[in-house]
Amino acid sequence: MISSICAPSIYILIIVLVLFMSVGAIFALHLRDLLSAVIVMGVVDLIAAILFLILQAPDVAITQAAVGAGLTTAIFVIAIVRSTRKEK
Amino acid sequence: MIFYIGSGLLIGIGLYGMLYKRNLIKIIIGLDFIETGVNILIISLCYVKGGTAPIFSLPSLKPSQMVDPLPQALVLTAIVIGVAVLAMALSIVVRIYDKRKTMDISKLKRLKW
Amino acid sequence: MKRLFAILFPLLIIIVFLYIMKNYIPFCVDRMVVAKHYLTEGLPETGSTNIVTSIVVLYRGFDTLGEVTVLFLAALGFGAILEGAKKKTKEIVASPIVRISTRYLFPFIIMFGVYIFLHGHLTPGGGFPGGVIIAAGILLMYLAYKDFRIDHTKFKITESLAGIIFVGIGLVGLAIYGSFLANFLPEGLPRQIFSAGIIPLIYIAIGFKVGSELGGLVGEGLEDKE
Repeated sequence: MISSICAPSIYILIIVLVLFMSVGAIFALHLRDLLSAVIVMGVVDLIAAILFLILQAPDVAITQAAVGAGLTTAIFVIAIVRSTRKEK
Repeated sequence: MIFYIGSGLLIGIGLYGMLYKRNLIKIIIGLDFIETGVNILIISLCYVKGGTAPIFSLPSLKPSQMVDPLPQALVLTAIVIGVAVLAMALSIVVRIYDKRKTMDISKLKRLKW
Repeated sequence: MKRLFAILFPLLIIIVFLYIMKNYIPFCVDRMVVAKHYLTEGLPETGSTNIVTSIVVLYRGFDTLGEVTVLFLAALGFGAILEGAKKKTKEIVASPIVRISTRYLFPFIIMFGVYIFLHGHLTPGGGFPGGVIIAAGILLMYLAYKDFRIDHTKFKITESLAGIIFVGIGLVGLAIYGSFLANFLPEGLPRQIFSAGIIPLIYIAIGFKVGSELGGLVGEGLEDKE
């Protein structure tokens, strides 16, 4: 897949993805319900996997998607189930 | 250049979360954001203009039009070690909640159990 | 006051970072010094078409051994620290849609994970995402059926045997060629599944090890402690 990042349509896609990632990161630290915060963190990791694919790194994209969306969210949910769900 | 801005923003937001937030789970969410931001930065340093993935899937691909494969091997290791660090940190959080019944770090002032 | 400091300090770091990256490290510049040798000589020397895999297993194989050790220590520490926790977890009851679809999806998830780590030298992937997908399948079974328990003894034996096989392959290379993790199997033709020397064997060992390790970790976290 030989493509160039400096084409205008892909550039707009990258700007929109980076915007979603930053807004999602700020929201994940601000939400009161800890389960919602963990799910938004999983979405931020998935957007990072899309950015890895645009940068032509398919090995890293598969590993980040599997680990970030699957295992990290699962371990956080284990920790939340054994403690409180609401902050304060 | 947009990739540098994206990864810098993610590292900055993770640092803000680790410094300001008081809930233990939010601090560890900030740690995860810092690790993801640093991985994006390392991969974005190895992009060559007009390059493709370093896999010889078709017999007609030449090595001169591929991106750098060395940082990708490094980041593959770094992602798995990030999961290991997160698992250890969350097990300590669960034990702290069992002992003190609070998730607020400003109330954990005594050193003795 | 604390909030002001917590906003200004990362902002300062971001501004200095972007200034340095804009002026001294430009984007889209060819910086390959060592990787040129890996790209041009990688396919004739090792026989695998995935260059990242040949770097991870053959050229920098000792770092992969270190990573496998770190993962083992983390799973061990997780189980050891969580041993004294005394809270009973809440019951997870799933709806019939989850239960019926899990019964049909679970074998395919295991097969997909095995496919990813078996074809590590031909397609992107490798040992580590394959093992993580197997652990995600075990997590799905835990969430769907509340009586599902895995046998922790068998998982620990599988994990230890896979680690011993990895070090054993390295020692065989040491005995034959004089250096640890040397390639002692023939290279074969590219794009075949039985090619690329010892790379399929090592990735099978890593796939089993990571899968059983993370499956045991998830099972340890979701079971009730009395």
